[in-house]
Parts: sequence; structure tokens; C-alpha cells
Amino acid sequence: MRKLWDFHGGIHPPENKRQSTSRPIRIAGIPKQLVIPLQQHIGAAARAVVEVGQQVKKGELIADAVGAVSVPVHASTSGTIVATEDRPVAHPSGLSDRCIVLEADGEDLWTELQPCPDYKQLSTAGLLAKVRNAGIAGMGGAGFPTEIKLHPPKNDKVNALILNGAECEPYITADDMLMRERADWIVKGLEIMAYLLEPEEVFIGIEDNKPEAIEALRQATQQTKIHLVVVPTKYPSGGEKQLIKILTGLEVPHGRIPADIGVMCQNVGTAAAVYRAVRHGEPLISRITTVTGQSVRSPGNFETRIGTPIEFLLQEAGYQAESAGRLILGGPMMGFSLSHENLPITKTTNCILAATAEEFPDPLPEQNCIRCGMCEAVCPAELLPQQLYWFARSEELEKAESYNLFDCIECGACAYVCPSSIPLVQYYRFAKNAIRLSQAEHQKSDKARERFEFRKLRLEREQEEKAAKRKARAEAAAKAQAERKQREASSDTAANTGRESDAASKQAAVAAAVERAKAKRQNPAKQNPKESGQENKPLEQQLQLPSTEELKANIEKAKAKLEKVRAALTDAENKGSPTVDKMRAAVTKNEERLAAAELALRKASDAAKHTNAPSASENAPSAAERQPQVEKVETAASALDSEALQANLQKAEDKLAMMQGMLTDAIQENDPKKVAKLERAVEKNRERVASARKALNAVTDPVAQQ
Amino acid sequence: MSIVLIAVGSLLALAAIFGAILGFASVYFKVEGNPLVDQIDALLPQTQCGQCGHPGCRPYAEGIAAGEDINKCPPGGESTIAALADLLGVEAKPLDAEHGESQGKRVAYIREDECIGCTKCIQACPVDAILGAAKQMHTVIVDECTGCDLCVEPCPVDCIDMVPLSVSIRDWGWERPSQKDMHLGQKLIVTDRMTDTSKDPDDQEAA
Ligand code: SF4
Ligand code: SF4
Ligand code: SF4
Ligand code: SF4
Repeated sequence: MRKLWDFHGGIHPPENKRQSTSRPIRIAGIPKQLVIPLQQHIGAAARAVVEVGQQVKKGELIADAVGAVSVPVHASTSGTIVATEDRPVAHPSGLSDRCIVLEADGEDLWTELQPCPDYKQLSTAGLLAKVRNAGIAGMGGAGFPTEIKLHPPKNDKVNALILNGAECEPYITADDMLMRERADWIVKGLEIMAYLLEPEEVFIGIEDNKPEAIEALRQATQQTKIHLVVVPTKYPSGGEKQLIKILTGLEVPHGRIPADIGVMCQNVGTAAAVYRAVRHGEPLISRITTVTGQSVRSPGNFETRIGTPIEFLLQEAGYQAESAGRLILGGPMMGFSLSHENLPITKTTNCILAATAEEFPDPLPEQNCIRCGMCEAVCPAELLPQQLYWFARSEELEKAESYNLFDCIECGACAYVCPSSIPLVQYYRFAKNAIRLSQAEHQKSDKARERFEFRKLRLEREQEEKAAKRKARAEAAAKAQAERKQREASSDTAANTGRESDAASKQAAVAAAVERAKAKRQNPAKQNPKESGQENKPLEQQLQLPSTEELKANIEKAKAKLEKVRAALTDAENKGSPTVDKMRAAVTKNEERLAAAELALRKASDAAKHTNAPSASENAPSAAERQPQVEKVETAASALDSEALQANLQKAEDKLAMMQGMLTDAIQENDPKKVAKLERAVEKNRERVASARKALNAVTDPVAQQ
Repeated sequence: MSIVLIAVGSLLALAAIFGAILGFASVYFKVEGNPLVDQIDALLPQTQCGQCGHPGCRPYAEGIAAGEDINKCPPGGESTIAALADLLGVEAKPLDAEHGESQGKRVAYIREDECIGCTKCIQACPVDAILGAAKQMHTVIVDECTGCDLCVEPCPVDCIDMVPLSVSIRDWGWERPSQKDMHLGQKLIVTDRMTDTSKDPDDQEAA
């Protein structure tokens, strides 16, 4: 008997495992359509390498790994690729992710496989490549690429390789059934892993509530050096760090991973997959998934193709949708609720729990923490859950971090015992996310600051360089002129050189003209808004009627825009331009916007009137009475707007002029693509100028009339 | 009498010596830059949009250090104002609407088939987040873009849009638990509260 250690805390929730262990593993059917996510693992998502309409065989590569931390994805059956698109996936967010949709042809034909009867014939690199190419990612739930964890460490050696068969979470029996029925695959897979890692000791850790599995493994490990260690049942003994503690007495220090202390943990399902991949060349296209809960008539374990809709699998187990309360992916401690059944099974889906409302009643409302300390007593990570909760609640994130929030394994033991039914784990997840977000934001703003400073420096440098160049050019020009004068004086000028320098001076003149034109163009544009801004202010202040002036301004804006769009529409209609439809849509949109703005104003002024209680009775004008008031404001505002519109017109004209200049340049350069683009742009700008002019006229005319 | 003189004299001497040391220290250990401005700048969002009326975040930080209001930065929003109020020990105020409203995170997107390669947006971008050479189409480096809007106006063909950054499955994160979530039972793990534990068939069979 080996010496076993114990970890701090832990709980004994009702196991509820027997429901799903009474039947042997069943082979689930193949659904008509499989939705295979490209990201079923930790790391970079795989990249699709098949096209829509392509025929694939079972086991064929359909998405390749990208980068070092990634795994490929394979077709789970033979059939046709019908789409590569975003589909909802089983994720607590309920969001969609990129998936390959495969229509099964029903034949289920394997692609050509490369079996290998004796793995010892293969080199280490060859073996690792087999594991990588089979798309194996940790099947216990985390989904870390297995191949990376099988690389023999360069300097330190592996003291212990641990195969995790504890499966401590209630309801889940996928590993249990796998160990009972396919113990030899697991042991052979473990031997391959041990061959790669060359550990000093190899363990299989298994909880003592699985006697059948223990017996099967005992038989399978008889001729091997593998230690089969039966550990007492206690949640969460299947936690990586907890199992390491139980078996070796070692603790993984804060912020480190087991490999740092020479321990490697693998899941039993992963070991079986490694065996299949190496011995038979089969990629990972199916897994054992538990389907249980009181809403299924025949709960049990199914060998399920990756990408099978959860709904399909539930039907296989006799799903009674009427009685269903909550649908949970994973176990009741660490899983999450799903909002619907049409989500695919992935490489990490170990359990689907279809519970009735009585089985999992809605949680009790959260109450105040009574500081009972029960959470602390059960925390396997030896944290202070109560403190973490206070910090997360008050969003004192730094303090939460300094209390080792990131060591929390989110096992839920604390929340399970909390008499105040506080959703502690949710608070921790929220706090962890908030910390990560703020760190990312900080990084981003630091980067932006750096880039901003760098740009300032660069601009200064360029300015200097430009100044220096200008100076040099001026000097050169002066020199050239002096020379020419000299030459002219000497009168014996060769015709050629004369022409040349002539050309040069012409060029300089053109450049100067361009420069001047640019300056002119820029100046009005720069001055205009300023001018109009200054002139606008007093007018605006005159206009200011308390509380509603903003809304009125909004209406004005909306009106101006509507007019603009209307003008553009008539313009377009006259020209018979193809954009008429779009314009019409824009007009209706703007009309709606205007109506909304007016409604808001009316509401606001009504409200204002209600609050101005004393004068309310005499001051409650009918809609008709109110009208002229609004109109007055409108005309005043139009006067104000005319300035802005004039500025707009000016800007548009400037832009148009610029575009035309660019267009002639492009025509000279003989660049048809660019010419076309610019023509479009010029057209657009011309329209804009026209509409701006019309809008301006529309506003100035009534003012002039009054 | 002489005792008094000695006392006064020695005190004066001491004062002179310490004065000299302090004077030296202030010259030799002079702190470069203005640490307060740095601290303020560290809290500003670095969007560099100029909505505060300054040509960038640092100038506004200098303005705040010189006594300007702390509520002029729309991208930072209330959380930045709160942080600034905390740092400076002043009252937090609501965002000054004159400088605009705080909007969600956005990035610039250039419709590339309409871009004529005029480089005007490149010149406008405060963080050099736009890539492209003259007469070639331009692209925004999404990771570098701060969403400041400054490139939209100068584009002669109006091919730049500001698009809200959508939450992808990869940067989604858990939110603070609320009473609403609890009622629905959605997105919460299940037995994270005490549930009725009497219905374990294992236990029943054992009994
Ligand atoms: S168990 Fe709940 S009530 Fe008790 S100290 Fe922890 S958080 Fe507070
Ligand atoms: S969820 Fe975190 S804090 Fe709570 S018991 Fe588990 S490890 Fe400890
Ligand atoms: S308003 Fe813009 S420029 Fe000013 S501090 Fe905020 S982000 Fe920086
Ligand atoms: S790309 Fe546009 S929005 Fe983004 S930072 Fe540059 S100027 Fe601002």
C-alpha cells in the first residue's frame, strides 16, 4: 500500500453516477449534419483546409493547426462539406464561432490510415507528429494540445507521469465507463506516453467509488510498471493539483504549472486517444460522452462523433423535452447552462446533463455573507474565499489578485457549502475577467502612448529635414541662377543646356504654384470652422431656451440633413443616376429621425411644463399655439445653420477641387483603375457640393424673404 | 552672554549647512519631468482623439495638472473621471457633454476598394495605425487603432467607417452576477449553491 497524502478541504456532494453506469457504452448514430468547431482546444483556432462542396472521407484533415499551440480537426464521418461559417457553439457566452458543417453521406468510409503495430520502431519526433496530426487535445475538459505536454523536457526529467482517472464530479461517468470497457487502450496509451516522457514513476489515480474500473485496470496493468493507486472519494480529487498532492505529496507553487515540479498529468480519455492514433493511425473524431439527468429516459454513455448536435445525442438517450429544466454542459459543479440544444459536441464535452426543475431547482437568492468561514474550510486551493468574495464584490481587483485569486480552480466547493447561497464562483470569474480586461487595456493604452510619442518625434524630425532640404534647394537654385547669369553673360550658351535649365525652372515654378494652391486650399478650410464657430456662439446663446435647446438643435440638424438628402435625391432623379433607390431610403431614414427628434422635443417640453407647476395652467398651450414658437426658433436656427452650411459648401468645394486635380494627375499617369475610382469620387463630391449649395439656398432664402 | 552667542552662532551655522545641503539636493537630485503629469497621463485612455480640446492625452494631462477640469475626456468616460478624482483628491463630476459622449469601443475600417491612396488619413492618425503608401490602398491595423475618429474627416472619398468592436467568443468574459441571472439560472454553474441533496439514488439504494 502506497502512502497517500490529503489535500485541504474538499466536499462530498451526492454522486449521482449510478444512473449512467448501468448500461454499457453505446455507439451513437451519425446525424445527417455535423457541425465541427475549429476551436475545440486551448490555443489558436485551426484553419479550414477544405472548400464548400468538397467530398471528404472519415478521418480526413479538414482544418490544420495554426502555430505551435493548436491542433488540427478531422472529418468525423464521410460526406460533403456544406459550409464554413459561424455557428453557435457550446460556450457560456452563447456566442457563435467558426465551424465546418459536414453533411454525412451515410457510408462512413475511412480515409487511408497509417497503422503502426510497434510504436517503438518510431522516433520520438515521429511519435509526437502522430499525436499532433491526430488532433488530440486534453479530453478531461481543458483541451490543452496533448502533443505539447508529451515533449520530453530538455533539462529536468519527469519524476511522475500521472494518469487522471479520478473523475470526481457528480453525474459524470465517461472516464469510468471507458476504464471499465477499454482499459487496455488506456494502458497502452499510457505506455506510449511513458515511452516519450521517460518518467521515474507512472501512476493511474482512481477514486475508490469505481470498483469495476479499478478491477479492469488492475488486470490491464498486471504486466507493467504502472502503479494503480486507489484514492479516497472526495471532490475535487480530480483537480490536477489536488491529484498530484494526493499521489506525490508535492504542491505546485503559486503561478507555476505541474511540469515545473517534474509532474505530468494526462486524462484517461487522452491516453486512449493516443493509443488509437499511434497504433491504428486514427485521428480523434469521437469521444465518450455521458448523457444523464432525470430528463432522459435511458441515461448512459455514448461514443459520439465530434460535431454531433447535442439534440441528436439527447434523442438517443430518450430525451423528454417537456420535463426538462436546465440543460448543462459538464458536471453540476463546474459546468455551465446551455440556452438551447442545437450545439455541437466537441473534443472536451464529457457530459450533457438534462436535469428536471426538481432535480436542479433555481438557486436561492443571494444573501449577505455571515462570515461563517465554511467556504474557507472546504477550499482545496487553500484560499480565503470569503475575502476574495468581498474584494470581487467591491471590485477591489488588486486586493483580490494579491489574495491569489488566480489560484482558484473554480471548483465550486465554496459556493456549494455557502449557507448564504452566494454565487461565489461567478464573482471570482467576473473578477478574473475584469483583471484580465484592465491589464489588456493598460497594455493597449501604453502602446498607443508610445506610438503617439514616437509619431511626434517623427514629425519633428521630418519637419527639420524638410526645412534643411528647402534650404539646400534654395541655395542650389540661387547658385544655378547665378551660374546661368554668368553663362548668359558669357553668351556662348549651347542650345541644349539652355533648354534643360529652362525645363528645370519651369518645374520649379509649377511646384511653387502647387504649393501655393495647397496653402490656399488648406487655409480657408482651416479658418472657416473657427470663424463660424466664433460667430455661432452668440447666436447659440441667444437661442438657449433651458432644457430643450439641445433637442431643438437636434431637430435642426436632422432637418438640415433631411433637406440635404432630399436635394440630393431630386438631383439624382434628374440625372437618372442609379443611386436613386439608396437616396430614397436615406430620405425616409432621415424623415424618421426628424420625427423622432420632434417627438423627443415635444415630450421634453411637456415634461418641462409639468415641472413648471405654478405657471402650468396659463402656460399650457395647445399644439397649434406651440407651433409658431417652434418655427421662430427654426428660422433663427437656420440663420445660424447657414454659416455652418456655407462652411460645409466651402469644404466640399475644396475637396472637389482637390479630387479633380488628382483625377487629372491620374489621367496623365494613365492608370485606368485609379481614374475610375477617382471619377466616382469626383462624382460623389460634385453631388455633395450641389446638395450643400441647395441646402444653403434652402436655408438662406426664407431668411432673406423675412 | 557668551553662551547665548554660542547657541545662536551654532544654530546659524547649522542652518547655513543644512540650507546648503538642501540647495545642493534640489539641484543635483532634481526630478526630471513632472511626476503628477505622468500619473495623470497614465490614467487617461490614450485614445489621442483631441475631444478634450487638447492635441492628445498628454497635453490634457498637463492641463489637468495645471488645474483644468477632469471631466473632459469622453473616451475615458466615468471610470477615468473616477480614477482621476481619486488621484487628485477632488470630487468626481459627470462627463462634460460639451466634449462629446463616451461611446463604445470602435475601430476605423477602410473600404479598400474605394480608397484612392491619398495618404490623408495616414497623416491624421495620431498613433500611426494606418498602413499604406501613396497611391496604394490603405489598411487600418486594428490592434493599434484607438478609435479616435480623426481619420474619418480628412478622407476625400469618405471610405472610412468607424465600426464598433464586436465581442468575439475569444474575448468574452463573465460578468458580475446579478439577481436577474440568478433568477433565470442561465450562465451560472449549477450546484454552486446548496441544492436539494436528498435525491441521490446511490444514497437511496444504500439506505
Ligand atoms: S460560506 Fe458563504 S457566508 Fe460563510 S463565510 Fe463563506 S461566503 Fe460568507
Ligand atoms: S472555487 Fe476557488 S475559492 Fe472556491 S473552493 Fe474552489 S478553489 Fe477555493
Ligand atoms: S479626450 Fe481624447 S485626447 Fe483628450 S484625454 Fe481623452 S482620449 Fe486623450
Ligand atoms: S486609424 Fe483612424 S480612428 Fe484609428 S487611431 Fe488612426 S486616426 Fe484614429
